[in-house]
Amino acid sequence: MCELPVMAAPATIQSVARTAWNSDLAYSFRRSKVTVVAGVVTLVYLLAALFAPWVAPHDPYDLASVSILDSFLPPAWLEGGDARFLLGTDNVGRDVLSTIIHGSRISLGVGFASVFMAATMGVTLGLISGFVGGRVDAVIMRIAEVQLSFPDILIALLIDGIIRSMLGPGAHGNIAFFVVILAISLAYWVQFARTVRATTMVEKGKDYVNAARVAGKSPTYIMFRHLLPNVMGPVLVIATISLALAVVTEATLSFLGVGVPPTQPSLGTLIRVGNDFLFSGEWWITIFPGVALAIMGLSVNLLGDWLRDALNPKLR
Amino acid sequence: MISFILSRISQSFLVMLGVAVISFSLFTYVGDPITNLVGIQSSDEHRERLRESLGLNDPVLVQFARFVGRAVQLEFGISYQQKRKVSSIIAERLPATLELSFLSAMIALWIGIPAGIFTALYRDSWLSHMVLSLSLIGVSLPTFLIGILLIFVFSVHLRWLPSFGRGEIVDLGFWTTGFLTASGLKALILPSITLALFQMTLIMRMVRSEMLEVLRADFIKFAHARGLPDRVVHFSYALMNTLIPVITITGLQLGSIIAFAIITETVFQWPGVGLMFIQAISEVDIPVMSTYLLLIASFFVIINLVVDLLYYFVDPRLRVGRRT
Repeated sequence: MCELPVMAAPATIQSVARTAWNSDLAYSFRRSKVTVVAGVVTLVYLLAALFAPWVAPHDPYDLASVSILDSFLPPAWLEGGDARFLLGTDNVGRDVLSTIIHGSRISLGVGFASVFMAATMGVTLGLISGFVGGRVDAVIMRIAEVQLSFPDILIALLIDGIIRSMLGPGAHGNIAFFVVILAISLAYWVQFARTVRATTMVEKGKDYVNAARVAGKSPTYIMFRHLLPNVMGPVLVIATISLALAVVTEATLSFLGVGVPPTQPSLGTLIRVGNDFLFSGEWWITIFPGVALAIMGLSVNLLGDWLRDALNPKLR
Repeated sequence: MISFILSRISQSFLVMLGVAVISFSLFTYVGDPITNLVGIQSSDEHRERLRESLGLNDPVLVQFARFVGRAVQLEFGISYQQKRKVSSIIAERLPATLELSFLSAMIALWIGIPAGIFTALYRDSWLSHMVLSLSLIGVSLPTFLIGILLIFVFSVHLRWLPSFGRGEIVDLGFWTTGFLTASGLKALILPSITLALFQMTLIMRMVRSEMLEVLRADFIKFAHARGLPDRVVHFSYALMNTLIPVITITGLQLGSIIAFAIITETVFQWPGVGLMFIQAISEVDIPVMSTYLLLIASFFVIINLVVDLLYYFVDPRLRVGRRT
């Protein structure tokens, strides 16, 4: 954002790294052991999700390599387990560990896409609401208020249900992905909009905005070039917390059978499918994806909590 | 004051009207209601007669007015799947959801509030730390996962409790209850704990932070300085001042128990309205869906309205602010 003319020497990688390491943010990160663990776990999930086809020991969706003869194998350390399948196999012989890695990829992908969409929508509406004010502001905030009085997951579920029934029962595949992302982002835009609106109202009275206005810049230009960079801090915090919420919401929708298409299962879908085998003793098919989801949700949540406290000077 | 109440009530009406419009558009524009009623084979002439008799050829506004008029009389049409009146399906399933939600709310309140008080009063005890860490896990874990884990431990492993359904129920004519039989009560345990857990952690954290805030206030210091025993200071001074905001927010939370019941009911195959809604989505049973939409929205609007009005009476600052 701002250049540092004092640093005459060319910034080497080491010096940049050292500056970053000594910053306030990094210091508060290092000081909290829980956050470091959460950060590392989140990083592992992100890498695994990003490089799923290379990280996963098997390709669970390659029909040629999956054999029905391998179905229902318990985890490797139990009696009857197979060393090839660390966490066992599911009902059609897919490696559970590989399905979890591919499932995390879809869960995180949908989560990121939803948060991105929610943030875009919320930030834009918040900027307009705070900057323009008046009747526009009243309408946007009234809608936000009403939506806030309903639980997020209910909003997502209802929107998902409504869009699905509008598209008819035949709509599957990539459309289903889009429906889920749209439903989740419509459930989570409010937080972004309210925060951005509050920050914008504070910022818009400042001199740099007046200067830009006097210089004859259009409101749109001022909103997106001057105000936007100054409201990004809180947006980042909300985005992190919303990511955890979005991943959990997606898992819930998929578990209820109204989420992503079953051909590309997310963690929620895996848990739903595995749930049928819980009673016949093949617990690993559902419990391991469940644990994976729980750890993912918990670490992103912890990271978001830390970021909120670290970026908020009011909190100690 | 009257203007505040009136504007609040008119806002509730607007929300309900919005939901009614969505509900009505689902009814009217999604799929063909005639095809859903009579099947594909019927003749064109027959369809046209049915269309005319159901009033589907009338202007949209007339149809909407008729829709609202019927909804007010609890007349919601006929389920596409079950070919029965939606109102009787709901009446049959609502007791299951309400019993489950009621029990969960009780659990959440009776454990959440004491736990919140305890963790605020003894902030540094190891038990408080443990309870707080556990509550963080409770907030991060999705509801359905908690349900599955409970089933795994208590139904599959230990075989103590049933994992689905309501057990034996007693029919009281207008209400079916599981509270009167042993198997009905046993069937309630796991679902109600699952449903209560999330709200319980929220209530606990809220009571705790609210209580910590109050304990820092001057009047508490003065009460201590006057030599009042800790018990009196904590329970009649601090707690009473904590509970006002807590009660209102808790009221809102209880509304969301009915919403979260959708998930719990699906995990435990609990025959309530939430499970009905999920089945309606996957079967594209529009009348059931839109009725549920109206039902849940009116629940929330009423709860919000009551809580807002209560808040208004409880907190005098709000009254002053509005008048000026």
